[in-house]
Amino acid sequence: MISWANFVSQLFNGLALGALLALISSGLTIIYGALGVLNLAHGAMFMLGGYAGYVAYSYTGSFVVAVITGALFLFIVGVVLERVVIRHFYKRPPEDQLLVTFGLAICFVETVRFFFESLSKTVPPPKIFAGITNLGFMFYPTYRLAVVGIVAVALLALFLMLYKTRLGLIVRAGIEDSVMVDSLGLNVDRVFMVVFGIGAMAAGFAGIVNAPVVSLAPDMGEAILVQTFVVVVIGGVGSFPGAILGGLIAGEIISLTSMVNPGYSYVMLFAAMTLVLVLRPHGLLGVRGRE
Amino acid sequence: MHDSSDSKGQSRRDFLRTGLGVAGGLALPVGFTSQAFAANEPPIGTWPAGSSGSAVNACACVPLTGSYAAQGADELKGMQLAVEHINEGHPLMKAISPKTTKGVLGKELKLLFADSAAKPNDAVQAAQRFISENKVILMTGSTSSAVAVAMNKLAQREKVLYMAGISGSNDTTGKDCVRYGVRQNFYGQTAAAAIGPVLVKQFGKNRKAAFMTPDYTYGHTVTKSVNDYLSQNAGWQMVTNQVSPLGTQDFSQYLTNIANSGAEFLINVNWGRDAVLSTQQAHQFGILPKMTLVIPYQIPFLSQEVGADIMQGVYAATDFWWTLEDKYPLSKQFVDAFQKKYNYRPEWGAENGYVSFAHWAHMVEEAGTFYPPAVIKTYEKGETLQSLVGPVSYRPQDHQCIRPVIIVKGKKPGDMKNKEDFWEVVEILPGAPLMQAPDAFGCKLGDYT
Repeated sequence: MISWANFVSQLFNGLALGALLALISSGLTIIYGALGVLNLAHGAMFMLGGYAGYVAYSYTGSFVVAVITGALFLFIVGVVLERVVIRHFYKRPPEDQLLVTFGLAICFVETVRFFFESLSKTVPPPKIFAGITNLGFMFYPTYRLAVVGIVAVALLALFLMLYKTRLGLIVRAGIEDSVMVDSLGLNVDRVFMVVFGIGAMAAGFAGIVNAPVVSLAPDMGEAILVQTFVVVVIGGVGSFPGAILGGLIAGEIISLTSMVNPGYSYVMLFAAMTLVLVLRPHGLLGVRGRE
Repeated sequence: MHDSSDSKGQSRRDFLRTGLGVAGGLALPVGFTSQAFAANEPPIGTWPAGSSGSAVNACACVPLTGSYAAQGADELKGMQLAVEHINEGHPLMKAISPKTTKGVLGKELKLLFADSAAKPNDAVQAAQRFISENKVILMTGSTSSAVAVAMNKLAQREKVLYMAGISGSNDTTGKDCVRYGVRQNFYGQTAAAAIGPVLVKQFGKNRKAAFMTPDYTYGHTVTKSVNDYLSQNAGWQMVTNQVSPLGTQDFSQYLTNIANSGAEFLINVNWGRDAVLSTQQAHQFGILPKMTLVIPYQIPFLSQEVGADIMQGVYAATDFWWTLEDKYPLSKQFVDAFQKKYNYRPEWGAENGYVSFAHWAHMVEEAGTFYPPAVIKTYEKGETLQSLVGPVSYRPQDHQCIRPVIIVKGKKPGDMKNKEDFWEVVEILPGAPLMQAPDAFGCKLGDYT
C-alpha cells in the first residue's frame, strides 16, 4: 500500500535526483550537440572533477574552493584534450570517436586509482548545508536541497551562455553549418575548443557538487555515464533543454517506481528510454535529423 | 617333501608375501599410495600437464575495479602472502600445513590474477584463459557470490579445483555447490544464526526492520536467512525490503521508502562500495541514528570509509577481525606478517584468501599428488586442521568449512586504541551449531571425473 506521505516524498526526491542527472547530462549533450562527438569519457571527467575538488578541499578545507577547482581543472583538461586529441577525430567515423574517448576514460580512471586507490574519499558538505531539513512531509538532507538550487543556477548560467551571448550564437550557428560560420571569418576551431572545455567543466562541476552526496571512487563515472546517456536519449541527443527534461523524467521514474517495487527502478528507466526510441527516435526535445 | 599348499592351491609362502605387501602398503605414507594411484589415472582437467614442470600455477579472478575493488585488492593481498609463505616454507604456513616445506609437493607455486570487476562473465573468461594458456591447477577469487557460483560451474566442467574467495551466498555450497568447489568463509546462514540471537538478546522480540538487499544471489540468500531467523525466533517483522542493483550510487529513492516505513532497525545487506554509500546516505537522510544499523555480513573497510561516528554500536557478523590476535597466536603471526608487508592490518577477505591457500596446500601435501579427485577426497575426509581462529574442518557433503563466526560491535571513536581499531569482538561462536543440515539447501556435489 502506497502512503500519501511516501508518494509526496518520492515525488520530491525524484525532482532532486533529476536535477543532478540533468546537470551531469548537460555537459554530454552540449559537446555532442556542438561537436558531434559522443564523449564516452564524460563519466570519467565527472569523476575527475570530484577528485580535483577533493584534493583542493584536503588542502584548503573550503568547499567553495573545491567547487571552483573541480570545474576549472576540468575546463583546462577539456581544452587540452580538444587540442591534442579530440580535434583530430571530428571528421573521422563515429566509432573512432567512441574508441578514443573510451580509451581516455580508462586512462583517467586508472590514473586516479594509481594515486588514490579504490577506497572511497569523502568531501563533506559546507557547514551551512549540513544536517537535515524538515519539509513537513519528510525529512530531507539539507545539502541535497541546496544541490537543487545550485543545479538550477548552473543550468541557468549555461542556458544564458548558449542562448544570450555571442559565443552561444556562434556555437549554435556552428552546430547548424560550421562551413558557413568559418567563411564568415569566425574561428570555429577556437569555438569548438571552448565548447569542449565548457562541456568538460560541466562534468567536473557536477562531480564535485555531487561529491558530498555520493563519496568518490575511481569507478563512479561508469554508472553515471550510462544514466546520462539514458537521460540524453530521452530528452533528445544534443538538446540542452532536453537534458533538463530528460533528467527530471529519469529522476521521477527511478523514484516513483521504487515505491511499487524497488528492484524495478532502473528497469523502468530503460523501458522508458526504449519507448522514447520507438515513438520519437530523436528524443522528446531533440531536433529531427541530429539523432 | 611337505606340501604347504592349501586347498585352493595357494602356498603359505604366497599368503605371507601378499600379507606383507598389504601391510607394507598400509605403512607407506598416504601420499605415496595416492601418487602411485594417480599415476595410473587418465588425464583430467589440467592434470597432469599443469603440474609436470618445476612450478605450478594458480589463478585468482578478483575485482580490482568496480564496487568491490577495495575488498578484492585486500583479498588478493592475503592470497599473495599465502603463496609467498608456501614457497618459503614460512612457520605460519607450516603451522596450518605441517608437511609444507618449500612450495607444494616441492614445486614452486605461482599466482596469476585478473580483474573480474565482480562480473561473472569477466571472471569466467579470465579463468578459462588461465586454464588453457597457463594450465592452472587451482582457481580462486570471487568477492561476489554471483562470480563464485559461475566459477563453481566452470570448475566442475573443466575439472579444476576452485576455492571460493569472499562469497556469502548460501547457494555457493548450497544449491550451486560442486564437487570441484570448496569454501572456507562464513555465509548467510551462519551469519544469520550467529547474529540473530545477539540481536534478540540486545533488542528483544517483535521489532520492525527494514532491509537493504543487493539484487543477486548473495543479497537474497543473506536477507532471507536473517529475516527467517528473526521472524521465526523472535517475531521480528520485515516492514520493507529495498532491493537495489549492484553498483547503485544514489540510494535516495530506497531510503525515502525506508524513512516512511516505520522501521526501528536498518539491516543493511549491501556490500562493498554499495554498503558504504547506502550507509552514508542513510545517515544523510537522518535514518541513522534514528534507526539502529545492523550489518549481518561485515564488509572490509566499511568502518574506515564510513567513519566510527556512524558505525559505533553497530553489530556485525564476520570471518575475522585483527584483534583476534590477542586470543589466537596464529592470528597474531598473520596480522604481523601482513602488516609488515602491506602496511595495514588485514581485513577478513585477506584472512580468507590466506587460510584458503594454506588449507589447499595442506590437502595437496596430504594427498601427495595434484590429481584433482585425490585432493578433493582429502578435503572430504573432514579431518580437523588449523586456521587463524582455531581448529576447523571441511564438511564432506557440501565442501563448506565448519568454522567459527565472529560477532563484532562498532567501537566509539573515543575507545579506539589506534586508527584501525574499529570493532570490538563480542562473541566467537563455534561453526557447527550455526550450519544448516548439509542437504537443506539442495547441494548435490556431482562427479569426481
